[in-house]
Amino acid sequence: MTNQHFIYLLRLADSPLILAQRLSEWCGHGPVLEEDLALSNMALDLIGQARLLLTHAGRVESRDRDEDQLAFLRMENKYRNLTIVELPNGDFGQTVTRNFLFSAYQVELWKRLQISTDTELAAIAAKSIKESTYHLSHSAEWVIRLGDGTEESHLRMQTALDQLWPYSAELFTSDDTDRSMAESGIGVDPSAFKTDWQSTVSQVIGEATLTLPADTPFVSSGKAGQHSEHMGHLLGELQYLQRTFPGAQW
Amino acid sequence: MMNTGNDRSKEWPLWEIFIRARNGLDHKHCGSLHAPDAKAALQSARDVFTRRQEGVSIWAVRAENICASDPDSKAEMFDPAEDKIYRHPTFYKLPKEVDNM
Repeated sequence: MTNQHFIYLLRLADSPLILAQRLSEWCGHGPVLEEDLALSNMALDLIGQARLLLTHAGRVESRDRDEDQLAFLRMENKYRNLTIVELPNGDFGQTVTRNFLFSAYQVELWKRLQISTDTELAAIAAKSIKESTYHLSHSAEWVIRLGDGTEESHLRMQTALDQLWPYSAELFTSDDTDRSMAESGIGVDPSAFKTDWQSTVSQVIGEATLTLPADTPFVSSGKAGQHSEHMGHLLGELQYLQRTFPGAQW
Repeated sequence: MMNTGNDRSKEWPLWEIFIRARNGLDHKHCGSLHAPDAKAALQSARDVFTRRQEGVSIWAVRAENICASDPDSKAEMFDPAEDKIYRHPTFYKLPKEVDNM
């Protein structure tokens, strides 16, 4: 039970952590100064969420691992993030499309975790839902603006959606950990809010004049610790400092 | 969209941003930014100007919609007020009951 609780918290922490790493790559490379700042702000929000969750996970695990050890010193197969967040950024359209699909998911997740029996988790959810709601509104506006924009922006957004869509299946898979956490009232079974997510997504995609791709049988498995080929490179950069100068403090 | 045929037509329009720091205070001009539309202007203003809790409310106004006084007419616009110090309320004694005004 404690182990499942720990794994569950790692999953919640790792998706924001890894997406923050991806969004940080935009810092200094945004298409305009305003969006450069917006993406960096979001990365900082996500790092904040990951820190709280990793600290809490470390306490639940009771093996004296702090947020830094958990963030920087795990092996690749011990990271439990959804595969979609570790994929390379692609162009700005792909980045905002992923932000859109992910933050729509996070809003539904935090909404339900606010009543978690794990009061620390409930408090983190209450703080995070405001951030994710803003991320959703920012990314949804861009999906609509670019989807319903020029011929080229429309084409790029449809391509982005087609590429990312197969990875959305993983968002709603549930395993023993999810089910046991849902039963105990600590967590929530993600399959429970798939329809709510779909209705947000299809409304925005429709407004953006884009076409929802058909579902595919492919299901990614990042939350089980099996990652895409992109994860190793991402971790190389994320972990570089702590691996090179163990215990370095800011 | 405006299309004047030159390169500037591809640039996003300029927006002037006004922030209200706290309820009860007025909106103050704090800067400007480029954005494709009003929603984007508000979101960018939030990210650019309120990262350190500087505000509780944002106004964004298209810069081209602001009428500005001409710096060249400064003399006739503002100088005549220079010698009318009686317009300042410092010559009137406030009754004791009024604490702050």
